[in-house]
Amino acid sequence: MDKGLAGIYENLVKYLLGIVAVTSVLILLLIFYFLIREGAGLFSHVSLPGFIFGTEWLPDAEPPRFGALPLITGSLVVTTGAGIIAISIGIGIAVFLAEVAPRSVREVAKAVIELLAGIPSVVYGFLGLTVLAPLIKDMLNLPSALCAFTASIVLGIMALPTVVSISEDALDAVPREYREASLALGATKWETTWRIVVPSARSGLLAASMLGLGRAIGETMAVLMVAGNATLIPHSIFDPVRTITADIAAEMGETVHGGLHYQALFGLGIVLFSITFFINMVTDIVFARTSSKRGAS
Amino acid sequence: MENKMETRKLSVYYKNFQALYSVDLPIQKNAVTALIGPSGCGKSTFLRALNRMNEVIEGTRVEGEVLLDGKNIYDPRVDPVALRKKVGMVFQKPNPFPMSIFDNVAYGPRIHGIKKKTDLEQIVHKSLAAAALWDEVKDRLYKSALGLSGGQQQRLVIARVLAVEPEVILMDEPASALDPISTAKLEDLIHQLKQNYTIVIVTHNMQQAARVSDYTGFFLNGELIEYNTTTAIFTAPREKRTEDYITGRFG
Repeated sequence: MDKGLAGIYENLVKYLLGIVAVTSVLILLLIFYFLIREGAGLFSHVSLPGFIFGTEWLPDAEPPRFGALPLITGSLVVTTGAGIIAISIGIGIAVFLAEVAPRSVREVAKAVIELLAGIPSVVYGFLGLTVLAPLIKDMLNLPSALCAFTASIVLGIMALPTVVSISEDALDAVPREYREASLALGATKWETTWRIVVPSARSGLLAASMLGLGRAIGETMAVLMVAGNATLIPHSIFDPVRTITADIAAEMGETVHGGLHYQALFGLGIVLFSITFFINMVTDIVFARTSSKRGAS
Repeated sequence: MENKMETRKLSVYYKNFQALYSVDLPIQKNAVTALIGPSGCGKSTFLRALNRMNEVIEGTRVEGEVLLDGKNIYDPRVDPVALRKKVGMVFQKPNPFPMSIFDNVAYGPRIHGIKKKTDLEQIVHKSLAAAALWDEVKDRLYKSALGLSGGQQQRLVIARVLAVEPEVILMDEPASALDPISTAKLEDLIHQLKQNYTIVIVTHNMQQAARVSDYTGFFLNGELIEYNTTTAIFTAPREKRTEDYITGRFG
């Protein structure tokens, strides 16, 4: 290829990749625009604070009331519970697989855990409904086990494969030189794992946690089946809750296109979008701060 | 001269591959012993057998004895963790941890139970000074160690080893990733360190072996071909193969 042609080729590749990058940002902006366009009409009936802090969600009442606080708390409670379960157990499993387990065990276990990620969420919901909920009901002697607690467990298990898989990759990527240096200084295996390997992999572990949380907060089907779906602000983790996603899925079919209820559901979409956006931004900031402090290259 | 360490009929296997064949080698106290030989000759394997770092690799097996102050370190009653505190190691590639300079040096003392800030500060100061790095880093102790140059990183790693007060320091081609000026500094440092420590250094560089060491062992295909004072090895080798290697006829 002569120089002129090579130059054209270089530029072509550059522009193509540029277009792809711009497109993904554009799609994101369009989604946000669409959500706002469809949901904006709501705010001529309900004020923004009234929507976010309103405690009554009664779309069928006369006049309808759209206070999203029960749904927002529902989502936050369930996601927090799921996050605690998925992140603590998930990172624990990843540490075991990467640092303790023999190679053969690691490979089989990792394949199986990644397979878990492929199970459709409705199946998790079904298992939660028919197996886990009765079990919890009997064990804790509850009137009904369809509550935030059960939903958190189901969601936690669903988010587990993501957390384990990415955490294990991050731990595995810690250079062998670090481990050897630590061992050669007379550190035990355990000290090496907790003081060197885990801190060195922290950015990957953080990413794994955030993706796990993202999976939990966006999950709809399973949580709709096991959370109990009461639009009330929960007083304990054993109260039934309804999440933002479950509410949208459950009610979208009953709405009139462009009607007030329809707009309210889009309003919920905006809230959900903002929450995930906020989580991502906080992660980015925390990430940037820790890596500049440590000067990781 | 007194033997700090000594190997007796030391053989090392990786799964089915025998990497070392019955090596007998003394390591003199407060001296520098250089191990030379072409790639794959077993010199690094030998080095890693001296503080049981070869056990980190799955499927390694050791036969024979390695004595430290007359006691076999492969005795089942010996704790490899306690052994490695006495026999420290510097690796080929500088490998500071991704933390501050201070925390790097304080890592060893901390895991061995020293908690008091003033004690740690004292150890860090002493170790960095002994590694000839204090003046270059004293104003940036709490900055990341990864911001140092390669030569500084290698001296930091040595300071980190010194901080746990070992008796023997093993160095696996410590200058192979360094520029000539950093290498010269490192060699000066090795000279100073041998007053207080016993040093074993693996090197590819024959001039380096000649410059820094008092004794030299020449390895070939997993066997120790010749061991003598460095002067004798480089001026009057007994073995033809040693002569061929040091005159650059192969390797």
